[in-house]
Amino acid sequence: MSNNDATQGKKPALNIHEYLAELDDIPGTRIYTAARARKGYWINQFAMSLMKAENRARFKADERAYLDEWNISEAAKEALLARDYNRLLDLGGNVYFLSKLFSSDGLPFAEAVSTMTDMTWPEYRQMMLDGGRSAEGNRSIKANLAAAAANKGAN
Amino acid sequence: MARITAGVGSSHVPLLGVAVDQGKSDDDYFGPIFKGYEWTRKWEANTQPDVVILVYNDHASAFDANIIPTFAIGCGDHYKSADEGWGPRAVPDVEGHADLAWHIAQSLILDEFDMTIINEMDVDHGLTVPLSMMFGQPAKWPVKVVPLAVNVVTYPVPSGNRCWALGEAIKRAVESFPEDLNVQIWGTGGMSHQLQGPRAGLLNREWDNKFLDALIGDSDAARWIPHIEYLRETGSEGIEMVMWLIMRGALGRETRLLHRHYHIPCSNTAIGHIVLEPVD
Repeated sequence: MSNNDATQGKKPALNIHEYLAELDDIPGTRIYTAARARKGYWINQFAMSLMKAENRARFKADERAYLDEWNISEAAKEALLARDYNRLLDLGGNVYFLSKLFSSDGLPFAEAVSTMTDMTWPEYRQMMLDGGRSAEGNRSIKANLAAAAANKGAN
Repeated sequence: MARITAGVGSSHVPLLGVAVDQGKSDDDYFGPIFKGYEWTRKWEANTQPDVVILVYNDHASAFDANIIPTFAIGCGDHYKSADEGWGPRAVPDVEGHADLAWHIAQSLILDEFDMTIINEMDVDHGLTVPLSMMFGQPAKWPVKVVPLAVNVVTYPVPSGNRCWALGEAIKRAVESFPEDLNVQIWGTGGMSHQLQGPRAGLLNREWDNKFLDALIGDSDAARWIPHIEYLRETGSEGIEMVMWLIMRGALGRETRLLHRHYHIPCSNTAIGHIVLEPVD
């Protein structure tokens, strides 16, 4: 727990712009902000439609034709067909919605998640068994850049 | 008068539901997780709560991207298990307690919490996995449930302080219900996990355990943890821990620890579990 004013029982003043900027300062992470939710609305609603067995069957029979029924950009349709989940996060997809697509594919959640990392599924599974990814060096893009710059200066 | 007699915190990883449903809960992978719930299963069987106020998040099951309630309370008589893309879990229907739920909903609104009221919905693993962890596989769930769904998906999600204050208001609401009911409140989700992007798989044993420590005793420091700290330290989905603060807030000024369990990993997630009772 951070030891700042907040922990002294004082309600912190909040600036919406600073709040939103901080959300984008986490390495390898796309926080599902309102801006992303607006951008990815139909990607997520498409994924949601796969909760119905009859829609899953229609999607599986002809993925492209099913996607063409939705108001989704060509880039997003291609990312959906390719199951390129990092690209889909950039386009406003959210993992809880996209997970309907993992499930329709019969893919275990963790295996689908591993495709967004630089590891294979067995490597990712082993990392989790070994205690997961450390927060160390993964907290802040700005802090990482500053550390890299300081390191460069030192050399 | 109805009383909140205890609070339970628990992760609600969907894979735990799969383990129960497929009879794998004592294999090498799941055994150590479920062992940490044995104490609680016996305790639940002995204490026999009438109702559980079950704080959870819907994972794009009952609510889609269209309507995003920050705090929603289920006021129906029963709820079915949701089809999350692989068919509904074969678990009993969840029985609601509409009288208590409507009483809480009205009290909260009068107490200036602008609740969304849900009459009909399906409930997903966020709600049914904790029931399986605490009660196993009965033909019928031994408690009635008041579902309380929190938006922890679309930002901004509610602050820790707001969640804690909602818990305090739930305590007042329950205590003004005239019927004699033994009520528990469960906060579910977490602990550290990140399910998206190249940083997926982040876990933080040290931070999670500090969070568990902070729920015990008379400190309210945890209500002031900012969102960004959960995100940096515990992964993007670690934010679900704000739901545990609703449970903690509903237990009053001070708590006593009855049971605690922590295990890494389950799928992508750190499993945390705690049982607390209010100190009068």
